[in-house]
Amino acid sequence: MGVAIEVRELNAWYGKNLALKSIDMKVPANHVTAVIGPSGCGKSTFVRCLNRMHETIPEARAEGDVKVGEMDVYGGGSDPVEVRRRIGMVFQKPNPFPTMSIYGNVAAGLKLNGFRNRKQMDELVERSLRLAALWDEVKDNLHKKSGASLSGGQQQRLCIARALAVEPEVLLMDEPASALDPISTSKIEELIFQLKQHYTVVIVTHNMQQAARVAELTGFFLMGSLIEYDKTEKIFTNPADKRTEDYVTGRFG
Amino acid sequence: MHSIAAPATKPLSLGRKLVNHGATAFAILTAMLVLVPLMAIFVYLLIKGVGALNWAFLTQTPKPVGEAGGGMANAIVGSGVILAIASLIGIPLGIGSGIYLAEYGRNRFGDIVRFTADVLNGVPSIVIGIAAYSLVVVPQKHFSAFSGGVALGIMMIPTVARATEEMLLMVPNAVREAAFGLGIPKWRTTLSITLRTASAGVITGCMLAFARVAGETAPLLFTAFGNQFWNLNPNQPTAALPLQIFVYAISPFDEWHKQAWAGALILIILIVGAVAAVRVTVSRGRLKGA
Amino acid sequence: MNPPQPLGELPKRVTSIPTLAKGEHQRQPRGVIAALEKIRHSRPRSSRTPDALFRFIILLSAASVFGIVVLVVWELIAKSQLSLHQFGIKFFWGQDWDPVNGSFGALPFIYGTLVSSFLALLLAVPLSVGVAVFITEMCPQGLRAIISFLVELLAAVPSVIYGLWAIFVLAPLLRDYVEPFLSKTLSWTGLFTGPAYGLGMLAAGIILAIMIVPIIASITREVLVAVPQNQREAVLALGATRWEMIRMGVLRNARIGIVGGIILGLGRALGETMAVTMVIGNRPDIAKSLFAPGYTMASVIANEFSEATGDLYLSALIEIGLALFIVTLIVNALARLLVWSITGGQSARANA
Repeated sequence: MGVAIEVRELNAWYGKNLALKSIDMKVPANHVTAVIGPSGCGKSTFVRCLNRMHETIPEARAEGDVKVGEMDVYGGGSDPVEVRRRIGMVFQKPNPFPTMSIYGNVAAGLKLNGFRNRKQMDELVERSLRLAALWDEVKDNLHKKSGASLSGGQQQRLCIARALAVEPEVLLMDEPASALDPISTSKIEELIFQLKQHYTVVIVTHNMQQAARVAELTGFFLMGSLIEYDKTEKIFTNPADKRTEDYVTGRFG
Repeated sequence: MHSIAAPATKPLSLGRKLVNHGATAFAILTAMLVLVPLMAIFVYLLIKGVGALNWAFLTQTPKPVGEAGGGMANAIVGSGVILAIASLIGIPLGIGSGIYLAEYGRNRFGDIVRFTADVLNGVPSIVIGIAAYSLVVVPQKHFSAFSGGVALGIMMIPTVARATEEMLLMVPNAVREAAFGLGIPKWRTTLSITLRTASAGVITGCMLAFARVAGETAPLLFTAFGNQFWNLNPNQPTAALPLQIFVYAISPFDEWHKQAWAGALILIILIVGAVAAVRVTVSRGRLKGA
Repeated sequence: MNPPQPLGELPKRVTSIPTLAKGEHQRQPRGVIAALEKIRHSRPRSSRTPDALFRFIILLSAASVFGIVVLVVWELIAKSQLSLHQFGIKFFWGQDWDPVNGSFGALPFIYGTLVSSFLALLLAVPLSVGVAVFITEMCPQGLRAIISFLVELLAAVPSVIYGLWAIFVLAPLLRDYVEPFLSKTLSWTGLFTGPAYGLGMLAAGIILAIMIVPIIASITREVLVAVPQNQREAVLALGATRWEMIRMGVLRNARIGIVGGIILGLGRALGETMAVTMVIGNRPDIAKSLFAPGYTMASVIANEFSEATGDLYLSALIEIGLALFIVTLIVNALARLLVWSITGGQSARANA
């Protein structure tokens, strides 16, 4: 149900600053791939290039070849809006729509894509909330409580449900648990583990233990380049590149 | 190095204490002096206004000079018509400009628009009246509620635009990003997400603009011009409440003076009532915890 | 890079699998499967044209603001041409306003506008600064909200209602008590001579003062609040009384902004029409006494515009309007410059 991602020679700029240098990477379907690296290494930029969010920043641009399944993300005829609809994103700080109810938040993507059938929407909302492990906690208050009234961890799961509701093929997560407490974090990690049955997940994290817990593959970024990309176990126990070893053993970053 | 003796601390001199107390007294005095006229105005409005207020006042048109009775019903309705036209002009243009300034206009042209909106805000209302006269009344060759609405609408724009821009800028960027991430196009994000999040503040801004122009008289003097009779045709001279108050107040007739007070009371009630009504509806539309 | 063959399960520290979605596929009711199919295959319509169209409409509304101001200025200039050509620059110091004989001189109105506005400032500035200082520095917390609300309420009262109150309450008060008193005590200044009608320059100045207090007070409050707390503490730590702290630590820092607020109040006073028209007496005379009736630029337009006979008359009035526009433009621009230099940003209050 998820699809593979193939990245070739991806470059990205902030103004004149080259932030990503010719990245090549293949992400397999239905796996969790972690992207790690020190602050400023380009890992968030990389992930935001996959769904063309990078270019929403003024003066930012990206060039290269990115294929998500059969979709050519940067191809000549491709529409960024459609790309973003087919790729889901969860951000670092939970950002539910403040004026909408819980139901409204999850359904937002559906409504704005023209979904009208109320019964089908109800069912999809329930399904998304169940997938995000939030259903039992909110099922009595779907329409009455606003998205912003939930706790931090619940808000983030709400954002996950919102992203899942439009049935993306790939789920990108930019440090999804870094703003949360340890218990919420472990709930999110359990969730990610489950989600890979249905989706391909790419998760950015600065927390190496998290990468080890959750991901099967890990890519190490440094100063805009992909240094090493391999099975998580290998990256953390027997990395091939000295810089990777220095990072995972804590010598820097 | 010899030790430095600690300077003998002088007790606080009487002079300084007196000045301090005097300053406090002065400040309190000014506060009272400022509030006295406010109280006085509201008290007089109530006393003199209620005295002349009756059902006839609210439902009848003015009677000829010398006859007792009559009312300002046509002026109240006329104001409604003029303000409706003004809102139709001022609110969309104001919100549109505000959206531009917040979402698209962080550039040179945006600065120019912001500056001109400020200029427009500072133009005396009578000068706007002259412009509306020149632009609408002269080509049409007659006074009209429409030209009055144009004048007032122009005056609403800067307030609405400024409020809209400020409120939109307060919406955190994370909310826009969430919408983009879902694949919602920019126009939809701006309208359904960003503007909606800021809606309470924007509506309040529109309300403030409305309340401000509802009491304006000067621009109507030679646009709507006033009318002693019923008129619902926006293309004809129309009565307006502030205009009627003015005409009656400067007239030499006691009966009209009384009605001027009643009209003023109605005007204040309508303005305050409209603002309060909007505040209530806006807060009721909120969800728990929003 | 190519990943190596994906492994099977890695040993995980996650122990409990949440109770969601076991055997999810089997439990899916038919409706949801249909909905899933629909959403998976829906293609969003291209958003390029709607986005461009929306942007265009928004740009148009912003441009319209610019356009309106240009139009206003254009009309003012164009319709003043007749009078400008006829009288030239002498228009502004001609003392003779005689519509019947076709001679128009604007000096009485300029004089009236300046005198009434400056009188208003004289009265309003101490009051506004005093109230602002009271609210921000001296007032107990609970009272603060009420008093500032009441002061802002003053700003909401329409001009015509101020005028109404001024005609029937203020003017009689002046006529019966204040002006006789001033006449007895201060007539040697030459400012308080002549018959006491109540209506006149003094009444106009006073009602204007009441009207501009809220503006000056609210800007002053903003700049006072913008003074960082450490400035106050530094002065207090030197052993200053509260007033000395306010004078040295707060007012001194806020000076520029307060001046900006005052100038903004001046701008408002210059353009104020209705209340002034109702009490100033509407006589185009230049008199030294404040008891005498006068005439302002805004008032003459308000009174005579709709009855102006002849193009020259109208053009003269419009030229006065143009002058008023330019003066308020300069004054307001100056004020905003000063206020922004202190508060560093936009202030919604300035539009009160």
